[in-house]
Amino acid sequence: MSNIETIEAPVSPGMAAVDEAVRKSYEHGFITDIETEVMPPGLSEDVVRRISAKKEEPEWMTEWRLAAYRHWLTMTPPEWARLSIAPIDFQAISYFAAPKKNQPKSLDEVDPKLLATFDKLGVPLHERARLAGVAVDAVFDSVSVGTTFKKELNAAGVIFCSFSEAVREHPELVRQYLGSVVPTSDNYFAALNSAVFSDGSFVFVPKGVRCPMELSTYFRINARDTGQFERTLIIVEEGAEVSYLEGCTAPMRDENQLHAAVVELVALTDGKIKYSTVQNWYPGDENGVGGIYNFVTKRGECRGAKSKISWTQVETGSAITWKYPSCVLRGDDSVGEFYSVALTNHRQQADTGTKMIHLGARTKSKIISKGISAGRGQNTYRGLVKVEKNAIGARNFTQCDSLLIGKQCGAHTFPYIEVKHPSAIVEHEATTSKISDDQLFYCLSRGISEEDAVSMIVDGFCKQVFKELPMEFAVEAKKLLEVSLEGAVG
Amino acid sequence: MLEITNLHARVAGKAILKGLNLSVKAGEVHAIMGPNGAGKSTLGNVLAGREGYEVTDGTVTYLGEDLLALAAEERAAKGVFLAFQYPVEIPGVNNTYFLKAALNAQRKYRGEPELDSMQFLKLTREKLKVLSISDELMHRAVNEGFSGGEKKRNEIFQMAMLEPRLGILDETDSGLDIDALKTVAEGVNRLRSAERGFIVITHYQRLLDYIVPDFVHVLADGRIAETGDRSLALELEEHGYSWIKERKLGAAA
Repeated sequence: MSNIETIEAPVSPGMAAVDEAVRKSYEHGFITDIETEVMPPGLSEDVVRRISAKKEEPEWMTEWRLAAYRHWLTMTPPEWARLSIAPIDFQAISYFAAPKKNQPKSLDEVDPKLLATFDKLGVPLHERARLAGVAVDAVFDSVSVGTTFKKELNAAGVIFCSFSEAVREHPELVRQYLGSVVPTSDNYFAALNSAVFSDGSFVFVPKGVRCPMELSTYFRINARDTGQFERTLIIVEEGAEVSYLEGCTAPMRDENQLHAAVVELVALTDGKIKYSTVQNWYPGDENGVGGIYNFVTKRGECRGAKSKISWTQVETGSAITWKYPSCVLRGDDSVGEFYSVALTNHRQQADTGTKMIHLGARTKSKIISKGISAGRGQNTYRGLVKVEKNAIGARNFTQCDSLLIGKQCGAHTFPYIEVKHPSAIVEHEATTSKISDDQLFYCLSRGISEEDAVSMIVDGFCKQVFKELPMEFAVEAKKLLEVSLEGAVG
Repeated sequence: MLEITNLHARVAGKAILKGLNLSVKAGEVHAIMGPNGAGKSTLGNVLAGREGYEVTDGTVTYLGEDLLALAAEERAAKGVFLAFQYPVEIPGVNNTYFLKAALNAQRKYRGEPELDSMQFLKLTREKLKVLSISDELMHRAVNEGFSGGEKKRNEIFQMAMLEPRLGILDETDSGLDIDALKTVAEGVNRLRSAERGFIVITHYQRLLDYIVPDFVHVLADGRIAETGDRSLALELEEHGYSWIKERKLGAAA
């Protein structure tokens, strides 16, 4: 391991210069000072091999990564999104960072400082988790640090563990499903992720089992100049069900950090997956310095008949969001849903939406997208509804609403519809509105402050999406929107 | 409780109020009548603190304080309530939630303990009963999809819940049929008390059959042109607003 450089997680030098107001507006902007093991920056076959070796992976896994890497070399970054992105130097990024005390066997072995970090983030890792009935897998930089509730889940036959552990303990499942929804060659960032992914979560719910609790993963990028490339794979077998939540935060850095995750969901006959995300990566300061580049490929396949996959996302963070959680509706009568709130403030850019690919007969999809733009934020909805020639009687309903706050922001909608069967019914509704002076004055005249009025109006605007979130997440999402909109009006 | 002296105000650069004087004591109901464009609604908006209504001269003293120096939400917390001519819809925001947020924001401002859900619910039930408003309105989004009558009743309900010291009703009667008008008037009458003053802005004297005012003022060209008791409203109804002008001219001659 002599080729692995060990450094202390540094404190960003720009930190002190960051304006106090901004500091207030990103409450997760602390940096945990724990020893971190970071690979030197750069990407090569050798680095891919070293990541794989570091994780003691079997050879097939190493080869899978290498094939992805070689394919990635032939690709170019996508340019079709309505985003302005400075070129990314992929050789300047470190592809692996782990808290130095590696591989904790139980929560007691987890670095107390790390636990304190999760405490600050409000991750219910200990008793709070028990009370809340949430099983949490927390991914800190690249390594999964602790999975609670193992026993209770085991009893139900549910596997919920870090991705590394799944590769070790359940290689046959990983091998069967990994890359089956998002192939390594799918797109530039998915290929990159496939080559260098470091950890993530794995969920397997066997036939007929309803997962007895909500599963949750918390992601955090701490070390500087590192990318986070997590991989999540969720499989529900026939008639099984799971609800999965992920939350994301990162400390404030002046540099941009890359986050390129891949999430694959597989639902077999009658299986149901509900996947909820509250994303609050550091968005950069008000001048657009720093922030996370969030390039994520999320896709679920309703492989069996009558299966259902539902995505709910609340995106308030990241300097750039490029993300289209999608559903491939292969099974007859399968259902795909997408509920999204995306907020851009200051100089944030988001190009997000979904793809609903109808392959099976009588497949149904629903898209509810709520975009909020404030400051100089640019918010784009991009969605594809595709009905293939065997999808007899397919139905889609799309509702796309944009809310503008202030005069310098933008909202854009790009709906693509491709229909190859005449029996399909595809509906699209779109609205753009501004918070009106009338609404604000009405609230003020009842004694409600302007800031509370704005968050109340925004909350009302997002209602349809928030009600899809599990209770505690809905509360968090609401709070996040409030924090993210501080100073957006007036 | 309210002393308006020589009030001048502009909207979008245009002078609307041109030296208005009005004195309201606790327990009194003042009706403000007048033709369209006289400045009736402007008066309500200026008192409630709406942005874009620029006061260029004069003073407004409310409970011994300079009202114009206070922000809109502070005025509300200190007991000024404006019932809107056109109540605003806020999609997705539950009516009960809105009202609870408003009431607690005001209580907090005044240093009173906030009401918890149970206390609030109890209060809501009491007031709903009094105003014969259906429970169902409380579960809908603020004014969203409400009929004209429902919106106005909701305004009065809000007033009943917030218990202001000074209620300003801006053409609350407009667009109401006679039954709705009676309900709304009944709601206002129940709120009348020795501590509370009202300014009732209306175009027609019909409302004053049900909310009987202590004073009737005629607002014309940005000033109070005439002040009287209830009979003034009846005369106005008979002769029309031009009658005021003619009378003034007659008096001058």
